[in-house]
Amino acid sequence: MIAEFAHGALWLAAALCLMQLGLGVAALRGEQAISRAIRPIAAIQALLVVTAFAALIWLFWRTDLSVALVAANSHSAKPLLYKIAGAWGNHEGSMLLWLTVLTGSGALFAAFEKRLEARTMAASLAAQAAIGIGFFAFLLLSSNPFERLNPSAVEGKGLNPLLQDPGLAFHPPTLYLGYVGLSVAFSLAVGAMLTGSVGSALARAMRPWVLGSWIFLTAGILAGSYWAYYELGWGGYWFWDPVENASLMPWIAATALLHSVGVLAARNALKAWTMMLALIGFSMSMVGTFLVRSGILTSVHAFAVDPERGAFILFLLTFYIGAALLIFGWKIGHVRDSEPFEPVSREGALVANNLLLSVILALVFIGTLYPILAEAMGEQISVGPPYFNTVIGPLALILALLLFVGPKLRWRRGGPLFSPLGIAGLLLSAAMLVITFLLGWNLTILERLGLSIAPGLALASLAPLWGRNLLRTPAPITGMVVAHLGLAVLLAGMAAESGFTKERLVLARPGEQIEVGPWTMEFEGTRPVAGPNWTAVEAELRASRGSGPVLLKPQSRYFSSPPTQTSEAALATDWDGQLYAVIGQGSESEGWQLRLWWKPLVTLIWLGGFLVTLGGLIALIGRWWGEWRRRRRLAGSGYRERRAW
Amino acid sequence: MRKLLFVIGLGLSLPLAAQGSLAPADYANRQLEDAGQEARAAALMEELRCLVCQGQSIADSDADMAGDMRHLVRERIQRGESPAEIRDYLIERYGEWVSYRPAPERPIFWPLYLAPVLLLLIAGWMVRRRFRRPRP
Repeated sequence: MIAEFAHGALWLAAALCLMQLGLGVAALRGEQAISRAIRPIAAIQALLVVTAFAALIWLFWRTDLSVALVAANSHSAKPLLYKIAGAWGNHEGSMLLWLTVLTGSGALFAAFEKRLEARTMAASLAAQAAIGIGFFAFLLLSSNPFERLNPSAVEGKGLNPLLQDPGLAFHPPTLYLGYVGLSVAFSLAVGAMLTGSVGSALARAMRPWVLGSWIFLTAGILAGSYWAYYELGWGGYWFWDPVENASLMPWIAATALLHSVGVLAARNALKAWTMMLALIGFSMSMVGTFLVRSGILTSVHAFAVDPERGAFILFLLTFYIGAALLIFGWKIGHVRDSEPFEPVSREGALVANNLLLSVILALVFIGTLYPILAEAMGEQISVGPPYFNTVIGPLALILALLLFVGPKLRWRRGGPLFSPLGIAGLLLSAAMLVITFLLGWNLTILERLGLSIAPGLALASLAPLWGRNLLRTPAPITGMVVAHLGLAVLLAGMAAESGFTKERLVLARPGEQIEVGPWTMEFEGTRPVAGPNWTAVEAELRASRGSGPVLLKPQSRYFSSPPTQTSEAALATDWDGQLYAVIGQGSESEGWQLRLWWKPLVTLIWLGGFLVTLGGLIALIGRWWGEWRRRRRLAGSGYRERRAW
Repeated sequence: MRKLLFVIGLGLSLPLAAQGSLAPADYANRQLEDAGQEARAAALMEELRCLVCQGQSIADSDADMAGDMRHLVRERIQRGESPAEIRDYLIERYGEWVSYRPAPERPIFWPLYLAPVLLLLIAGWMVRRRFRRPRP
């Protein structure tokens, strides 16, 4: 009954979505009175979809095997967390999650955006509804999560054990919040272009959505990367895999947009460019969804199983991107940039940032999709890490160098290019470069430059705080500094991980000692262990370097439903890096296959990523706080802000 | 094509599986004694694709065929072959699909290496156009 009820709720929501589009168009054509109905419609629509999603979680929680999706993706003997997470660990469920976030952010936008001019608001809500309809159609016509199974299954098929991990349980929702949050920026751009009101007010309405999405994307990518690092057991954290690139592309677009929307809000400049980036941001989200959900890149087979679905998403994304670009081409001629600026100025630096990020985005896009094109031309090729590192590494380092000067430049006309901290940072980087040679470190060019630039960048990134009272610094500036400092830390971690990692592969018998970098590891032996739905062989390794020993217990796990072997890496974190141990096949007589790494400073990658995310949060919360105080002041002075409509 | 490769791969890996991947002479999971040779082998293995997996390098894969290829790479490096020669040998045998590094000398890959140059030129042209207008 619950499944049918939820299915009905989805159809009802789809109807409301259609209504929202109609009313939005009517309001745009001058029927002002009608537009009042849009807000409640957006809210009820979101409520219905959230109810349906909650129902799906309930069905997974109860392991209702009469629902086809549950039977195909769950199992009664699974830990509760993964029963719940299983609701979005599959195609249909994840598309319902996508729609939940889409309608949810549409409703939040309708409810809380009060300063935007009425016609632009109506046009934006119509655009949001237009996106919604396509994805409602996709879900209801080709990916119904509530389909029944008759007769119902005796037992479920289980969830892929690799996905049974807390990191991955929360990674997709986080990423989707970022992906789909960008839809509001997309709709706002379309709405503003249609009504010809591209300007600072629009940028201020768009900014929290861009910033919020960017925070979720950053956190989601980090979580996914850390999951790959410790769960896949290969010791790597980024593989330039198509699915990873699918999440990176919206992030790069959102990063560029975040910087240009700031220029539009503060200086009323870069109008056309900002609109373009807003369109590209959500377009990249749709491209990413297409790449992941169609399986066209990771596995030809997943695509072949249901080509209809891949084709459906491809149609949707072509339609929306095409329509948005048409509106851009048709309307952008009327948009005039008003505030001129000189090349050496804050705007100039941000233009450089945007162009570099756009080039990087284009290269990731080309590198990811080129194999498909080549296959169409009859060539089977691979484009992997060597290509991406070669072409994107140098550009990323130029971006890092830009950060030495950019944030301290003045708006419009340039003052001095370098601030005192900028110069100090540059000197520190130069000194570091000399030191890497003097110490005779054997590094690639990119590693050497990365290790040199990072400490200088850390110093230079503090420049905007120079001469300020730290307690009175506006939160957005503090947030920017923290995020840029995080980038320096991240860069140092990536360069060090790449340059200094020590790897040992051994076939070891109990009692043997293995040297890994500065560590001595003693293999104590193995023992069998069992979990709720797996059994495992667990090795015990005692690692020491002078000080007290650390115990590492990597496991090789066997899941019975579906039958899968996974390896659980063991990590030990010290102040200057991580030890990483994986156990492979073996036996008591022949010995066990061990793969051991010492990864100096790898922890800086996660610390840096955390700081970048934190910086975004500080800026977002700071802006909310400022807005709240402004409203309080207005209320206190006896003036009531009128809603635009 | 890929299915064919899969079958070839399966065929290749069968004798190995029978032999047991832990035999002492097997370099699938054992490093070379010479650190310099091992570093060259490791760098090459990172850039070779496991043909029966979904987007993994042979360095990271648990598949038998990947182990077979790791053995082949280490053994040839030990015999003194250069990484480029080994890569060419594997490309000849399995096609371009096996190498993650697009070879700049093959025409099919030229667009990939022209793209950054062209994109930077376009970006430079956009900047020039932006700032050429006379300032008030």
